[in-house]
Amino acid sequence: MRDLSMHVLDIVQNSIKAGAKLIVVSFVRNAEGILTFTVKDDGCGMSPEFLARVTDPFTTTRTTRRVGLGIPMLKQSAEAAGGAFSLESEVGKGTVISASFDLRNIDCIPMGELCDSLFTLVLLNPDTPEFVFTAQSPEAEAKFDTRIVRQTLGGISLNEPDVSAWIKESINEELKPILEVLP
Amino acid sequence: MKSLAELEAIRQKTLEKVAMRKEGSDEIRVVVGMATCGIAAGARPVMLKFVEEVRTRNLNNVTVAQTGCIGMCRMEPMVDVIVPGKEKVTYVKVTPEMVSRIVAEHIVNGRVVTEYTIGAAEGK
Repeated sequence: MRDLSMHVLDIVQNSIKAGAKLIVVSFVRNAEGILTFTVKDDGCGMSPEFLARVTDPFTTTRTTRRVGLGIPMLKQSAEAAGGAFSLESEVGKGTVISASFDLRNIDCIPMGELCDSLFTLVLLNPDTPEFVFTAQSPEAEAKFDTRIVRQTLGGISLNEPDVSAWIKESINEELKPILEVLP
Repeated sequence: MKSLAELEAIRQKTLEKVAMRKEGSDEIRVVVGMATCGIAAGARPVMLKFVEEVRTRNLNNVTVAQTGCIGMCRMEPMVDVIVPGKEKVTYVKVTPEMVSRIVAEHIVNGRVVTEYTIGAAEGK
């Protein structure tokens, strides 16, 4: 993956496949320049046995072939630049996956268009699940929540062209100022 | 979040539009491969470009959707254009620059952009 924004699209897809109803995607940057990307879902979760194998590229739930690269590549991107990777999961409860990036490390992957990825997630999954996106820095924090949008819309789909244009602007206005100061 | 009052106004406007929209059978579908391989090859900007074109041209009968990996990862980003009553057309190695032409020629005017299709790529 060329940048973090592509990992974001890819990793959240796992939560959707796991039947999550609510997915929380967060970006937290601390004063030391460490950015932590976390996806928390209430999907089906993984058994301890599967969890132990899941960072192996030859582990997948797919039946069409024997490789699954999403999680191993995120782990590699984080660890290749001095970051950390963690994964917790419980069957029936959900999964939390987290990767941190030292933004000052010369090998750190670029962030890419994070807001484009978040918008794409809503656009492609207009009915379910609900998404909460948060961005936090030492100076500011912001949040976008599809449940509030859905409440206001009262039955109109989130991927109606004018609605999705509003969602895109909203994500850009709220989250971009915080995410953009990242190198 | 951005002003919800603005969203409420959009809701009213959209309600009218939805009521006017003709039902189902002439629906054109644009399906973009968005698995790990598609994303890594650049499917996201391609999909966003389709959505933008559909909105600016006010194409009410076009839906943009995603699919997983179909096993031809070296051809990604791949896009299927499905016009009712016609054979499905698969475009390969699509870039955002190619999208405007696909929308204008194929979706609006019904002429397949043959040089971008999988048939042309395989024939090379």
